[in-house]
Amino acid sequence: MAILDVNKLSISFGGLHAVDGFTVSIEKGELYGLIGPNGAGKTTVFNLLTGVYKPTEGIVRLDGQDITGKNTIEINRAGIARTFQNIRLFKDMPVLDNVKTGFHNRYRYSTLTGILRLPRMHQVENTLNERSMEILKVFGLDKEADVLAGNLPYGKQRKLEIARALATEPKLLLLDEPAAGMNPNETSELMDTIRFVRDHFDMTILLIEHDMKLVSGICEKLSVLNFGRLLAQGETAEVLSNPEVIAAYLGQ
Amino acid sequence: MNTDIVKKIKNRRLRSKLITYLIVIVFYVVVQILINTGNLSSLLTGLLVPICVYVIAAVSLNLVVGISGELSLGHAGFMCVGAYTSAFLSNVVGSALPETLRFILAILTGAVFAGLFGLLIGIPVLRLKGDYLAIVTLAFGEIIKNLMNVVYVGIDSKGLHVSTTSAMDLHLEPTGKQIIKGALGISGTPKNSNFTIGVILILLTLFIVQNLIDSRSGRAVMAARDNRIAAESIGIPVTKFKLLAFAVSAALAGVAGVLYSHNLATLNTKKFDYNTSILVLVFVVLGGIGNIRGSMIAAVILTALPEMLRFLSNYRMLIYAIVLIVMMLFNWAPAAREWRERVLSRLPFGRRKAVGKEEV
Ligand SMILES: Nc1ncnc2c1ncn2[C@@H]1O[C@H](COP(=O)(O)OP(=O)(O)OP(=O)(O)O)[C@@H](O)[C@H]1O
Ligand SMILES: [Mg+2]
Repeated sequence: MAILDVNKLSISFGGLHAVDGFTVSIEKGELYGLIGPNGAGKTTVFNLLTGVYKPTEGIVRLDGQDITGKNTIEINRAGIARTFQNIRLFKDMPVLDNVKTGFHNRYRYSTLTGILRLPRMHQVENTLNERSMEILKVFGLDKEADVLAGNLPYGKQRKLEIARALATEPKLLLLDEPAAGMNPNETSELMDTIRFVRDHFDMTILLIEHDMKLVSGICEKLSVLNFGRLLAQGETAEVLSNPEVIAAYLGQ
Repeated sequence: MNTDIVKKIKNRRLRSKLITYLIVIVFYVVVQILINTGNLSSLLTGLLVPICVYVIAAVSLNLVVGISGELSLGHAGFMCVGAYTSAFLSNVVGSALPETLRFILAILTGAVFAGLFGLLIGIPVLRLKGDYLAIVTLAFGEIIKNLMNVVYVGIDSKGLHVSTTSAMDLHLEPTGKQIIKGALGISGTPKNSNFTIGVILILLTLFIVQNLIDSRSGRAVMAARDNRIAAESIGIPVTKFKLLAFAVSAALAGVAGVLYSHNLATLNTKKFDYNTSILVLVFVVLGGIGNIRGSMIAAVILTALPEMLRFLSNYRMLIYAIVLIVMMLFNWAPAAREWRERVLSRLPFGRRKAVGKEEV
């Protein structure tokens, strides 16, 4: 059964149909790409899936559960985590704490337990530290655990965002242009990391990307958006050789 | 190696908290020595409790302004609620309870009522995105002050009597007792506050605030401050945690109010005006937003300074202004910050550059 099942998702801003009838079905464990020219509506799809915007039409099902119209917090709890095209880290907090904050709903203790430094707090914090360091290691960020997130170089900030999202233990991970601003070396490293995350965490990943090398290198399936509408959908190689796609997107 | 860096972070935080407590204790000991050797002027001695009041107020306000990233301009309002409710309780209870127990009860009363007012204001306002809290708290401070100015409350065998017109309208029995007397306030509150109690309450405030910041809830509060959208995207109920920080801050401001009201023979609303709210905010800004230790030190220096500079007579306010500017530069000018970071990183217990603005 599909982890994510989206049916005719639409939203318009004023007269603009930013997303118009977006439909997709993503299987568990798939690495799925969402591509399209600038302004095609890709980020808006993510904002719809994560409850930042409410769709004017359409249904979103996550693992069989209807999550249409829920708010961001509920949707994260249901199992979708994301990164942002324009990085949104907790920049005045250390790298480690950014990830620990991602575990907010996974490992709990009350405010009073925290203030009184009860044993339960130490126990949970130890687990949190351990698990967070584990994730940071996957992204090669463990040595910088004590650096403020805002002081990390750009490429590492992108990675930290993925790490934080993973900490919420989602069923589906949405990555909005994870390779933006990275050099070719960093990008190929990132490709390995994304594959590793999928295999190691048994994750389903939907990613937006402009870097064709990355898309063709790791995505198994693609959807192509153009002016808010689906232009093509299917196996990566097939989609990328579709003349319409080449004309609308690759040829520009 | 992994655990090394975690341990390092943990130790740094623990050390930072302990240093803060240590500063308070050293300050206490030094003042005691000065008093016992007769080296503290009576004017300064009289300022000791107010200093504690301002320190608690500043530390608690920093929880809202620095840690939660919201602006509150009505902190004096919460102090007022704490001061009045606790003084009221102490007067009603009188000698029916042992003094220590009564004062503990008074502190709790002030904290709870101020905290409740915090919730009352926070629940509607913190849902909104934007700087509405500043406007609403500003109004709250003024309203509370003006309200307490016209309220008359008395008690007799039939219970509480409340009026907003005059003491006569309370219609108390001859044996009844008038407690809040409008603009005249409350008089006869037992003088339970002293410097030692003040320092204990400072330590308690620091304990609550520092540990809160360094916990799961504190991280959620700071995450909501740094990036609301990202915080929601990882499932953090932003409003709830902003409310938590605000209510705790209000309750602690209430405690500052309790300390204040139990230090005076007569309590009225004069001190709980806009100027006090701004003064406390000045301590927070000068001490460094989000820097708990800084706001504490700023509160002490700026409260004591005018007295200590008295010998300069007319130049007093000039020097005061210069100190304000120097502190401002020290904490905020980029060059000064760099210099401080460089010096700090050289010290054996210093922290790595680029680390620690979340410092407790
Ligand atoms: N909140 C909004 N209000 C009005 N218009 C919006 C809003 N959000 C997005 N849009 C518009 O919707 C269209 C799609 O934007 P979107 O950000 O989804 O594009 P994108 O495919 O992610 O582009 P890019 O590759 O540049 O990131 C654009 O025309 C954009 O201006
Ligand atoms: Mg986009």
